[in-house]
Amino acid sequence: MTAEQVAATLESGMTVGIGGWGSRRKPMALVRAVLGTSVRDLTVISYGGPDVGLLCAAGKVRRVVAPFVTLDTIPLEPNFRRARQAGQIAFTEYDEGMFMFGLLAAAHRLPFLPTRAGMGSDVLRVNPELRTVRSPYGDGEELVAVPALTMDVALVHLNRADARGNAQYLGPDPYLDDLYAKAAARCYVSCERLVDTADLLKEGPVQSLLISRSMVAGVVEAPGGAGFTSCEPDYGRDEERQRRYAETGSDEHQG
Amino acid sequence: MSTRADVCVVACAEAFRGDGEILAAGIGGAVTVLAARLARLTFEPDLLTHDGGCLLTGDVPPLGRPPEVVEGWLPFRDHLWLVLNGRRHVMLGASQIDRHGNTNISCIGDWARPKAQLLGVRGAPGNTRCDPTSYWIPRHGPRVFVPQVDLVSGLGTDRGAAELRRVVTNLAVLDFAGPDGTMRLVSVHPGVSVADVVAATGFELAVPGEVPVTREPTAGELRVLDRLDPGRAREREVAA
Repeated sequence: MTAEQVAATLESGMTVGIGGWGSRRKPMALVRAVLGTSVRDLTVISYGGPDVGLLCAAGKVRRVVAPFVTLDTIPLEPNFRRARQAGQIAFTEYDEGMFMFGLLAAAHRLPFLPTRAGMGSDVLRVNPELRTVRSPYGDGEELVAVPALTMDVALVHLNRADARGNAQYLGPDPYLDDLYAKAAARCYVSCERLVDTADLLKEGPVQSLLISRSMVAGVVEAPGGAGFTSCEPDYGRDEERQRRYAETGSDEHQG
Repeated sequence: MSTRADVCVVACAEAFRGDGEILAAGIGGAVTVLAARLARLTFEPDLLTHDGGCLLTGDVPPLGRPPEVVEGWLPFRDHLWLVLNGRRHVMLGASQIDRHGNTNISCIGDWARPKAQLLGVRGAPGNTRCDPTSYWIPRHGPRVFVPQVDLVSGLGTDRGAAELRRVVTNLAVLDFAGPDGTMRLVSVHPGVSVADVVAATGFELAVPGEVPVTREPTAGELRVLDRLDPGRAREREVAA
């Protein structure tokens, strides 16, 4: 598939999960393709970085669900800030660990999972739809019932994949990309390089095969497809390009 | 001869004293990362430290340098596990903090339409609920030390924090042994008066009759710091 073909499967009002973390291994080629469509009113679920910022700036977003939006080496994301401060988007705020439990719940097709993270904080005040649950065991502890972060579509970027959708990370951190794939009705993978299935174990051990084709609806070969975010070991973050993005709020390399 | 930054790093390192075999995590910048590494290389050798990415380091490299020895793998998902498991002591930052240690890193102003959108709550709710937490605040002033934070990201002593250990600033060391778990002045850094700290704090601070001066680094600690931070990145982070 091409990135444009993936983007064309999105519809206004959908819930879209985006893999990576902050400004690390974001599926930027797929996100840029979404910018070129007419879809609107997306709910975006993300450990947010410039993916969230670009979609907000393009007016594609109704709601952001995230524990943070950051460019990592540059702490604050300019387009997300602007959209929030202008009241243009809704925001569902989560603790990082709570958020993972939402992904785990969706991946396991559970309605929720309990966690301590979030109890006592204002996350429950600003998201009054969040519920708590009491442990049915002797401890009787009250916990946050994190609802499943179920998605219509997930977009992730990995280092290698075969044409059927078996996808491999070669960097040091898988982030939570396999959970996005499992939490979504459809997951699309972009990769730095498409390889034959027989070659998947040439560059990494079997444990690096993070996502199975059974969870993947389509694969896009997109060299540099995470740029300007990092995609180790293929490339690090393009700090100069990121700095220009942070200053201008626009990404001249889009498209 | 030690600088204010040296005093701050040692005061932050002291927060990890007695922690044993848990992860000592500094968040961003030089001072908290140096503090964890200094503690491990001196009085708290069992501490685990990481490289700022996903490696647990077997050796203790200088700032910005990769480890030569790796003793473990800690990708983000395991970091989130570690928080719930309670084997982590993190030294966080805060844009606002109140007298009970409630902190805000999410936004300034009304949450529905903030004056300034910051990071979001990140991991602060879970960290403070499940693990010992300390704070490093490089600019001690009334805009940070406020009567009430705009959004509680990290929990204070009145909201079920697991354990707030200490707050280190460019002026002083504070803890939460004041009345009803409120902030108390523990020591003032060399050259700082109690009145300076009180004036820079936007709420009523518990101040004991005798306030000692924060200890200065030993010659041995200064040698370790020179090896860990030869470029003295710590100086650029500390407002005198």
